Amino acid sequence: MKQYKSAKAIRRRNNILIHSLLAVLAAIWVFPVLWVIMTSFRAEKGSYVSTFFPKSLTLDNYIKLFTDTTILNFPQMFMNTLIIAICSCILSSFYVLSAAFCLSRMRFKMRKPYMNMAMILGLFPGFMSMIAVYFILKAIGLTEGSLIRLALILCYSGGAALSFQIAKGFFDTMPMALDEAARIDGCTRWQIFTKITLPLSKPVIVYTVLTAFIGPWVDFIFAKVICRANSDQYTVAIGLWKMLEKEYIDSWYTSFAAGAVLISIPIAILFLKLQKYYVDGMSGAVKG
Amino acid sequence: MNILNAKQTKGYSPYTCLAALGQGDTTTRLSAVVMGLGSICHGQVVKGILYLAAELGYLAFMVRYGLHNLAMLITLGEVEQQEVWDEAQQVYLYVQGDQSVLLLLYGVATLLLTLVMFLIWRGSLKSAYKAQCLQQKGSHVNTFREDLTTLLDDNIYRLLMTPPMFFITALTILPLIFMICMAFTNYSKIDNHLVLFDWVGLENFAALFDSNSILGSTFWSVLVWTLVWAVFATFTNYIFGMLLALLINRKDTRAKGFWRFCFVLSSAVPMFVSLLIMRTMLQPNGAVNVLLRSLGLIAPDASLPFFTDPTWARVTVIVINIWVGVPYTLMQLTGVLQSIPAELYEAAKVDGAGPVRTFCSITLPYMLYVTTPYLIATFTGNVNNFNVIYLLSGGDPVTNLASAAGSTDLLVTWLYKLTIDKQYYNVGAVVGIMTFIILSVGALFSYRRSKSYKEEGGF
Repeated sequence: MKQYKSAKAIRRRNNILIHSLLAVLAAIWVFPVLWVIMTSFRAEKGSYVSTFFPKSLTLDNYIKLFTDTTILNFPQMFMNTLIIAICSCILSSFYVLSAAFCLSRMRFKMRKPYMNMAMILGLFPGFMSMIAVYFILKAIGLTEGSLIRLALILCYSGGAALSFQIAKGFFDTMPMALDEAARIDGCTRWQIFTKITLPLSKPVIVYTVLTAFIGPWVDFIFAKVICRANSDQYTVAIGLWKMLEKEYIDSWYTSFAAGAVLISIPIAILFLKLQKYYVDGMSGAVKG
Repeated sequence: MNILNAKQTKGYSPYTCLAALGQGDTTTRLSAVVMGLGSICHGQVVKGILYLAAELGYLAFMVRYGLHNLAMLITLGEVEQQEVWDEAQQVYLYVQGDQSVLLLLYGVATLLLTLVMFLIWRGSLKSAYKAQCLQQKGSHVNTFREDLTTLLDDNIYRLLMTPPMFFITALTILPLIFMICMAFTNYSKIDNHLVLFDWVGLENFAALFDSNSILGSTFWSVLVWTLVWAVFATFTNYIFGMLLALLINRKDTRAKGFWRFCFVLSSAVPMFVSLLIMRTMLQPNGAVNVLLRSLGLIAPDASLPFFTDPTWARVTVIVINIWVGVPYTLMQLTGVLQSIPAELYEAAKVDGAGPVRTFCSITLPYMLYVTTPYLIATFTGNVNNFNVIYLLSGGDPVTNLASAAGSTDLLVTWLYKLTIDKQYYNVGAVVGIMTFIILSVGALFSYRRSKSYKEEGGF
């Protein structure tokens, strides 16, 4: 009886230890998020603060973001990014899903070469080709004015079909018997794709669409190279980056925090939704 | 399965190019010169006309631009920009000289187009021969309309894969070949070769491997740090993420959902935002130093040199990478951990194994076995991890001013500095190629041995 009690005590002690460890770790992980939310409401300007907690709170940083459009036009950046994100999301979801469908459900001569090619291309440093992409877009005249948006859409969706792996893995788990049955009933491949495969793949469709949508919001290096000095075509990511440059940081720092909070909220919501589909998408479809 | 296989083996048809040239009739053989002729003569008029149109279009392009492009690819242009005195307007006019970059780009594009044309040519030969054979056997030759409907059925992969392939070729493969070509030229700010440049063979590679030059010694130090970084970044995240997942998944841990939420919350903030925030927090007067000062842990005017001391900076980026990466690892590993058969743990318990022993003998081997492809992908991603370094430290601190690379620069960020800031395009391209070679040797080797690759092969 005594031994039982001591085992229980040890377990209790362990539990307390582990829970407090988790609490400390969770605090470390949550702290920067809280800090940026706090900064976005801070009334004192400037990037460097002498006190940790803000002395007074205000909403001015958010208001400035949407009204002070002379130097950094945040509403326009927001619209730019939204348009680019929607278009490239539609295009790249289509590419990814159709490529994954073909690679998973069909066997054709170029299938293995294509998959090997995708793997090899993935090993090159991503932006090694970026300057060349800029030259190509310039050569066909897509680097001026509002055509930059089209250029960015092409860039974000162009290589999408190379990251088919997750969608293909999902389609692979669908029993082939479904396809066979449909073909015996006289379905064409296109009908199988649209009427059987896609309706059964909600998790992976949601996953593909959301990742494609989030891409333009969080990429900044590609946008920076292609937009160059065209500040009316900037996306949100470049705008936020600009706010931290030396000439802007003093007056824009707290607004940067506000902007960061604003774009983080929708993305965080999408992301938390996505997480469920991500797990489902990884673990496969109809169990056969 | 049989129906599908029967349909699928149709892809490997007996109608090959060689057969077409060897056993085809006159019109089929003639389609090697006049594309589409065979198809037209064997009852596929529209298809034949399309092939013919493609050939004519290609020829017209080659005569008008293509041959010139290919010729210029050899010299990459020699005419410099010139000033010409215009008598009528009394001004100097600038005559546009050759621009080697564009010439190189057009040349490479023409080569790719020729390759595509070659594939179409093969296609036309095969289709002519196939139509001929079918006609001889007296079986049905598909009309154009029927051909179109097969695009929605057995040939749907052609329909669905063509648009993505087009964009991949134009925006990924073409630029990549273009950049690889640059490695063999003297396109750089050195000696003012930004407008006109020339082929120089392997000189750039020689310069990079010459360990006496600044470039060579920088390359080796950056390479070593890149590998150190990739190993640490990959394994610290992996081990730490796994331990955390184990702690949260423990039977006795309460409020599992809450803990998971806390960690996932930080990864829901876009990565570049959290990295920029981290950077400002770790500045000499940033939040962390302020907090430490107000807690009295460091002197009121002192600050910890997070990004100003080389060793501190290296440790800082690795630690922050843990902060950024662990939530993702946690998410990915939780599912795998839950799939470890419970019997294994029960058996271990019966045999009297403690938690450490269980972890080392069951959890770790099992996880390593299942997640090898994931680890390789993470390692590759970390070697090419531009965001974390560029947004956090920007490669700083720079200790050796001559070399352009700072202490935390990876090969990729160094590549960025070399091309965008310094405009040494040729050296940048060489660094890119070296990165690729290092990665591919490791990755291809381990991919091919990994379980998932083999399973896919036997699918």
